[in-house]
Amino acid sequence: MKSVEIIARSVEDAIEEGLAKLETTKDEVDVSVLEEGTKGIFGFLGSKQAKVRIERRPTINWKCIISKNYIVELLDKMDIPATLTVNVQDEENILMDLKGDNLGLLIGRRGQTLDALQYLVSTVANREGGEWARVIVDIEGYRARREETLKALARRLGSKVRGTGRRVALDPMTALERRIVHSELQDIQGIETHSEGRDPFRRVIILPKK
Amino acid sequence: MKQLVEFIAKSLVDNTDVVSVTEVDSGHEVVYQIRVADEDMGRIIGKQGRIAKAIRTVTKAAATKKGVKVQVEILE
Repeated sequence: MKSVEIIARSVEDAIEEGLAKLETTKDEVDVSVLEEGTKGIFGFLGSKQAKVRIERRPTINWKCIISKNYIVELLDKMDIPATLTVNVQDEENILMDLKGDNLGLLIGRRGQTLDALQYLVSTVANREGGEWARVIVDIEGYRARREETLKALARRLGSKVRGTGRRVALDPMTALERRIVHSELQDIQGIETHSEGRDPFRRVIILPKK
Repeated sequence: MKQLVEFIAKSLVDNTDVVSVTEVDSGHEVVYQIRVADEDMGRIIGKQGRIAKAIRTVTKAAATKKGVKVQVEILE
């Protein structure tokens, strides 16, 4: 639920009821008072109820809830049982980790399916606007393992380029993966790296420094 | 499978009530044809087709589990 309109005896009561309904707190919402409400004489004659509208702000906490619900429903429709842990890591990152049997299918070739899931959930979570939140979807530490593999590959190819003096082109990778390779090699003497081509075929090139 | 495609499509567009998914079984594969409102075409295709590609990837993963071959088409 994104917003509610509540009628109650006073503005304060209406806000309280609305926050309870949305299961949130005051710093996560915008409140507009639609009708002030009056007590009237003796507390009833001519009294008018207050009306407020409470709308969630697209905060990272809300985006975290959207992300979780989205992946739960998606996995249910895919008939893939999994347990989900979702955390707000910092102001711009939401971390989601999936655990279960045979989730290799959800990772796909070189993480393609995992990246697709991540792209969909990021798009959906950020639809309402607000500060862009990055949703990182991982499966039993796959991303960390992949990062180690890429770093090792980068170092191996880096020393090869240094030894042979010939440039090497890596396989196409996502922006995140290319960044891992670039940063692993940026302090190594005698070589430099850049990227060539257009996504999804953009790849890192390692070449000897002139 | 149709429900999955429908869920993904609806999650991305503004006009959810005009989203339709048609299932066409050609014998060796099933084609899911998505139709959305004109103004939502950008949302379902994405920059350089990235969203459309993600929809295909996720749908195909689900199909692999069920042992079927699928295609996803977005129709204008």
